[in-house]
Amino acid sequence: MLELRAIKKSFGRIEVLHGVDLTVQPGEVHALLGENGAGKSTLMKILCGLIKPSEGEVLIDGEIRHFSDYNEAIDAGVGVVFQEFSLVPYLNAVENMFLARELNNGLGFMKRSAMRKRATEIMKQLGISIPLNVPIRNLSVAEQQFVEIAKALALEARILVLDEPTATLTPAEVEHLFHVMRSLRSQGVAIIFISHHLEEIFEICDRITILRDGEYVASCAVSDVDQAKLVEMMVGRRIENSFPPKPVIAADASKVIEVEEVQLAKGGPVSSFALREGEILGFAGLVGSGRTETVLAMLGAYSAVRCKLRMNGVEIRFADPSEALQAGIGLLPESRKEQGLITSFPILQNISLNNYGKYLLGHFFINRARELDDTRKAMQQVRVKAPSPHARVDTLSGGNQQKVVIARWINHSMKVLIFDEPTRGIDVGAKAEIYQLMRDFTTKGYSIIMISSELPEVIGMSDRVCVFRSGGIVATVEGDAITSEQIMTHATTGRTHHVA
Amino acid sequence: MSHDANAITGGAAETADPPFWKSLIHSPLALPLAGLIVVSVLMGFASDNFFSVSNLLNVLRQVSIVAILAVGMTFVILTGGIDLSVGALMALAGTMAAGLMVHFGLPGWAGLMGGIGIAVGLGLFNGLLVAYGRMPAIIVTLATMGIARGAGLIYSGGYPISGLPSWISWFGVGRIGIIPVPVIAMVIVYALAWVLLERTAFGRHVYAIGGNETAAKLSGVKTGRIKIAVYVISGLTAGLAAIILTGRLMSGQPNAGVGFELDAIAAVVLGGTAIAGGRGLILGTLIGAVLLGILNNGLNLMGINPYLQDIIRGFIILLAIYIAREWR
Repeated sequence: MLELRAIKKSFGRIEVLHGVDLTVQPGEVHALLGENGAGKSTLMKILCGLIKPSEGEVLIDGEIRHFSDYNEAIDAGVGVVFQEFSLVPYLNAVENMFLARELNNGLGFMKRSAMRKRATEIMKQLGISIPLNVPIRNLSVAEQQFVEIAKALALEARILVLDEPTATLTPAEVEHLFHVMRSLRSQGVAIIFISHHLEEIFEICDRITILRDGEYVASCAVSDVDQAKLVEMMVGRRIENSFPPKPVIAADASKVIEVEEVQLAKGGPVSSFALREGEILGFAGLVGSGRTETVLAMLGAYSAVRCKLRMNGVEIRFADPSEALQAGIGLLPESRKEQGLITSFPILQNISLNNYGKYLLGHFFINRARELDDTRKAMQQVRVKAPSPHARVDTLSGGNQQKVVIARWINHSMKVLIFDEPTRGIDVGAKAEIYQLMRDFTTKGYSIIMISSELPEVIGMSDRVCVFRSGGIVATVEGDAITSEQIMTHATTGRTHHVA
Repeated sequence: MSHDANAITGGAAETADPPFWKSLIHSPLALPLAGLIVVSVLMGFASDNFFSVSNLLNVLRQVSIVAILAVGMTFVILTGGIDLSVGALMALAGTMAAGLMVHFGLPGWAGLMGGIGIAVGLGLFNGLLVAYGRMPAIIVTLATMGIARGAGLIYSGGYPISGLPSWISWFGVGRIGIIPVPVIAMVIVYALAWVLLERTAFGRHVYAIGGNETAAKLSGVKTGRIKIAVYVISGLTAGLAAIILTGRLMSGQPNAGVGFELDAIAAVVLGGTAIAGGRGLILGTLIGAVLLGILNNGLNLMGINPYLQDIIRGFIILLAIYIAREWR
């Protein structure tokens, strides 16, 4: 009933989907698999009309459709439950289900009882009971998800996309969701299910389509594959990036930071790790597995349930990142625009933002000549390409913006740098430069924690890798054990043991 | 610097400053300045008296109080906040200064310091609630406005407190040469604010918080302290404005300064500062305050009905902000 044919999509000059096919039958649960950034979300956005494909066709019931917006896709029977819910928190379930499609009588008043009756019917059809009079925000995440599904059904969706619906659910809630999915399947709804948890795929899905780096890899029946085969298809053989050679790190290298225990959420897993001098410690795992939160907890920018750390053997606690800065730990956040740069500032002031202690005249005034001088030096050190230190950072390319953030920290005498997604949205050439810079840092005695969702980067750069899953570290691998298969297996399979 | 290094950071292009007029056009001051010139010329045509030295000095003297309030307001708005309490803080500071002198028999200087201290203290109260209480600035300062206004009225019973030492009037109506003291005070306050914003790390951090608070915090900027400081500065400028007001009225007036916070905000915004923070210049605020003063003065000289003046001013502010929106 649904067919996507040879879909291509380019953003600017970068093609992110290179001809993807996807066919889904009624009464089928179809898994869409791939790593972060493989193109799943882009493909689903094309399906629901949020973005237009550069090439290729969307067919529903054998008919070519061109959706110009989400509403047209809804009218054609497509319903999507996004990872970020699109519910209004202060409205109740019924009001949310009929939002912008309220049933009105001739006078323009809402037919409240009719809507309520229809909502009750749909809930019954799904086999769930949810309080209908309560604002959505008072419901659990799972219940909100059911409201989203019910909303799609209220719009008579025949093709239902569930984008990582299980990511935030407890095992019992997942079972309930699967129950609902099975009942929808028996009613002839076609479901596209996106999940990184491979065992869920085997539990609920009929067929699988696998994407890798925007390429269509394969479609097959679930019964024809096993987990190892799936991981191999997802990871594939990759183009080697130019990573600098890894140095030999002495096994007894001193530990700069030891995190004795960190627990992000109540009842969540407790993790520990150590960062050794001069190494790059990779943090791998799926988006939302707790990597970023763990480092933010270290720096005092995220309130974890508990977080005990030692720096050079001394127990220490940071109330906020300014204290971590004093101790020599710097963070390069994952989102440059939202968390890294002051976009209204020129390069100069972005680099010197937290460095003023270095060049104050009489404790108070900025020594502007030295500021400019130091900024130039820092820019040369990391090779920022810009017309001048006075250029606004929002006129720079992603790679150069990232270098500006790096320059901010090398301007200090730091000991530890935390790179969160250091090369996201950066072109290949600049990536290689940033990799080289990171290695230069470690040879100068810096220690680095690198959070990355790109497996080749994790493998090519890390001396050791901590693999995260569901809020904690499930494995630490080093040396020859750092392979795509190892990391993906730890990151996607086996439920973690929750410790109270 | 090696040749290669020059290529990396641009070399020649950065050392040559662009011509003055060009940097002026691209400066955030361009529009406020253009507005000031246009309005001045119009007023010059409308009234023969407008361009006389005595009238211009009079305009500056009249704007000095709002202009000084607008300095603190600029700091607050640059961080992305707002301070609605400044008018009430000024009235309370003036009332209490007079009360300390008249009722408690304190010497004049001590009374003035006491008044400033109260305004600064309430500014600190605002700052603590905004920075550490994590409450929206507009609500916190709205509440403080009511508290300060009510406290002044209760203390004074709603009547002006007079009988101040006669030298206090020097702050309001005195002159040095031909220049009125309030104008000199205004210039000094603006000069200090300019230094603070343009030449100190504190100033950079103020802009950084308004530009991107998350980035500033994650870089290690002490965002909490900076936010407290800007409300303290706003309290301080309210206290300084109170001295000028008290000197002019020769009494503590608990009902003074109603709506002055809105004039101060208008001056800041007319001066080109983004209401969301992060962008703006202190000199722009001075231009904005003077622009408002010239409008008032010119409309008065033309003998326009005061109620109509409010309407005209309202539309001019809307027009100015609309043009500025297109310009960016």
